[in-house]
Amino acid sequence: MVFTLLLYISLAIFIIGSIYKIYGWFSKKIGISVKNITTSERVTAALGGILKTIFSIKIFTLIKAFIFDVVIQQRILKEDFLRWLMHTLLYGGFMLLLLLHALDDIITEPLFHGYYSTVNPYFFLRNLFALMVIAGLAIALYRRFILKVPRLKTSGMDSYAIIIVAVIIVSGILLEGIKIASYTEFKIMVEDYAEIDDPDELKAVESYWVENFGVVSPNVKGPFNQDILEQGLEVHEANCADCHSASQWAFGGYVTARVISPVALFLDSVNASTILWYIHILACFSGLAYLPFSKMFHIIATPVSLLANAVMEDGKSSPANILTKQVMELDACTRCGTCSLHCSAVMASESLGNEYILPSEKISFLKAMVAGKELNDGELKAIQEGVYLCTNCNRCTVVCPSGINLKELWFNVREHLLQEGYPEPLVLSQFSFIRGLNRDYNAQANGYFKPIKDAQLAVAGNFDAIMDKSKPLYLKDREQGERVRLRIKLQSEGNTYSSCFGCQTCTTICPVVGNYDDPEKRLGLLPHQIMFSLGLGLVDMAAGSKMIWDCLTCYQCQEECPQNVKITDILYDLKNFAVRNLEKTSEKTDSVPQVQV
Amino acid sequence: MKYAFFLGCNIPARVQQYEVSARAVLERFGIELADFRSFNCCGYPMRNTDQKAFLLSSANNLAIAEKENLDMLVLCKCCYGSLKKAESILKENGSLQSEINRILAQNGLIYEGKSRVKHILSVLYHDVGLDAIKSEVTSPYKNINIATHYGCHALRPSKITQFDNPVSPKLFDELVKVTGAKSIDWRKKLECCGAPLMGINDELSIDLTQKKLDNGKKSGAHYLVTACPYCHLQFDTVQKKMLSVGGDEEPLASILYPQLLGLTMGIDKQRLGIGMNQLDISDVTSFLVQE
Repeated sequence: MVFTLLLYISLAIFIIGSIYKIYGWFSKKIGISVKNITTSERVTAALGGILKTIFSIKIFTLIKAFIFDVVIQQRILKEDFLRWLMHTLLYGGFMLLLLLHALDDIITEPLFHGYYSTVNPYFFLRNLFALMVIAGLAIALYRRFILKVPRLKTSGMDSYAIIIVAVIIVSGILLEGIKIASYTEFKIMVEDYAEIDDPDELKAVESYWVENFGVVSPNVKGPFNQDILEQGLEVHEANCADCHSASQWAFGGYVTARVISPVALFLDSVNASTILWYIHILACFSGLAYLPFSKMFHIIATPVSLLANAVMEDGKSSPANILTKQVMELDACTRCGTCSLHCSAVMASESLGNEYILPSEKISFLKAMVAGKELNDGELKAIQEGVYLCTNCNRCTVVCPSGINLKELWFNVREHLLQEGYPEPLVLSQFSFIRGLNRDYNAQANGYFKPIKDAQLAVAGNFDAIMDKSKPLYLKDREQGERVRLRIKLQSEGNTYSSCFGCQTCTTICPVVGNYDDPEKRLGLLPHQIMFSLGLGLVDMAAGSKMIWDCLTCYQCQEECPQNVKITDILYDLKNFAVRNLEKTSEKTDSVPQVQV
Repeated sequence: MKYAFFLGCNIPARVQQYEVSARAVLERFGIELADFRSFNCCGYPMRNTDQKAFLLSSANNLAIAEKENLDMLVLCKCCYGSLKKAESILKENGSLQSEINRILAQNGLIYEGKSRVKHILSVLYHDVGLDAIKSEVTSPYKNINIATHYGCHALRPSKITQFDNPVSPKLFDELVKVTGAKSIDWRKKLECCGAPLMGINDELSIDLTQKKLDNGKKSGAHYLVTACPYCHLQFDTVQKKMLSVGGDEEPLASILYPQLLGLTMGIDKQRLGIGMNQLDISDVTSFLVQE
């Protein structure tokens, strides 16, 4: 009764929770993607897409992905054998226990004639599967806490997953052990299944079970004489053996029974098997009820992600389906850290101390963002840097064991944050190459230039004020300039700009300067003027000029300079300087006044 | 000869034909390539905003090669220039090197400057040698004009990159000539492709690319030859987009050097990824002299 009630409650929570989560796949939004797609349109598009796939040649791709990616999990195998072994043991063992043991009256009984939980092979297999799960758990703990796999982070959710599985399995084995040793259980079995009336026979079979099967009896104790055991064997074979294999087959439970044998009578007297039974089923039911809200929901989301990404080609699916898929993919991420392990920008994360550069951490953030969590300024700036400081090497997407199309996700979120977040100076670096490369030349600019202009304004916003020709040139900032100079000196192997004698070779040879009829107007300061400004200690002026951001870094100026001024390197230093000085607390880009460039 | 093969970020994601063709060609010259998944970004794009992130990224790669006791063979000229630059900064600045090493030590690495960084063109020119290449060229080109694009970050700053004479380089021209092709003289040979400003100042970037293309075409080039994924993407993907809005101009397509060379060595064009370029370069085979 209690069992049925708890089962239905937890099952109901599981079903409602799963529906809620899956509804979220179709209702939640992420990134810049089309804003006005309704949930019903997304459901229709998804169903259409699924049907179209099933009734096309792609069905074979889908079947192949199901076998290799979902069942065999070759993506994990390719990455790391130990990890694959761990995952296969855990999920294989747990799934088999679920089918054979937890759902025995629905699955095993109807399928296999003569099923009894106490008969082989079921009796033995249950223990074998449990052993698989325990071995998997041991590898999981080893990887996290002893091997300390790089960039595999352990959060509360990861600990929860390990603990709930461990409690289910360990309580199950303990329960079996206690039942094997329990005299009460023995008596019940004899009463229910055996037809023995003769007290001598009863004593004989009891002695036989105590001697051979780990039962601890208050009445009889070994060593027994051979006659009694022989008689016990006869009675056992006549009454018990058909429905109960030797307890040793349930090796986990049997070992437990032997270990607890000194206290078995006490445990029996306090009804320990009932207590453990409750622990066992409560752990199972709470695991089931909480599954949709935990990391374990990947059991459902990850196969969906693997299958969807196997058949959905880049740029060919409908926007509605891409949106739905991207929200779903967040649930498919298990934060296993594979992406971060292979992330090309990992050293930047190390250097800047920004974890959001690592893909697996970005995903955790996205989950929060999609759930509608408000982010503080610090978080928003960090995540913005994190999504933009990406070399677009696509390695994360290639290695993700859940098959998540991470690169597509980054593009989407990146554009969203650029349009609505803070000015991002990284836009003025070669990280933007891919944004330029992917730009649709035939489309209207669609806000393409806005983030660039915002960033330019942020790093050089007060340049015009500094350069106001109606005002005399103050050298008042020289003292500060000296300090800055010192810093620049540290970076560019010497303050070589002070050797500049103004021949203008750098400016003459610069292909950027040469591209314009009105270079001073377009670039602010020309290369030789920048060197001059630095000579005068006017670092802010030098660092405010647009020239430094329009530098190709082709090094022609530096190569040709007769005075060996490291012009290109100095421009790099000035860019670093401008970014360091940028007050990132500036207003969001929406309220930054637009300038015509 | 065995090298640590450094691909960088662009090639595996967007210019796989450079990798496959380089592998096919280098294999023929007995050059063994060791792959390391632990290589990360060279740091090039970080240099604009954070010198230390750039140095640390470069140093991590250098230290990996050093640990394996291998020199690095680099395909990308921007990676090459960045790694060389980092090498030189760390050599001159001991305290910076110790600071970097403290961080690298967390991954069990140390950088002491023991491994050399080489670009694929240097390896072909200096280590393999023109004679050895020539002996593999079985069906050379005839009557084809090639405009060599040297690429800034290999050439300059010459004191650091040590690639070739920065004013009148000949290494790339010689490598082109050995295939039977004519390496034409053109004014903008040593200038930037425009890629470093793509995404930052698109208009300027495209202007510079256009000027190079115009000059190349005017000088009679059939193809541009590149040995850098950035330059190649600019002349291939970006040029294709430029053409899509720029009327009926004829393209001046870019071919990667290992593709150009590989065809004369009788390597199958599929293996050289000839069809993977955005602009069609299949016609290049019509210039081959058949055996």
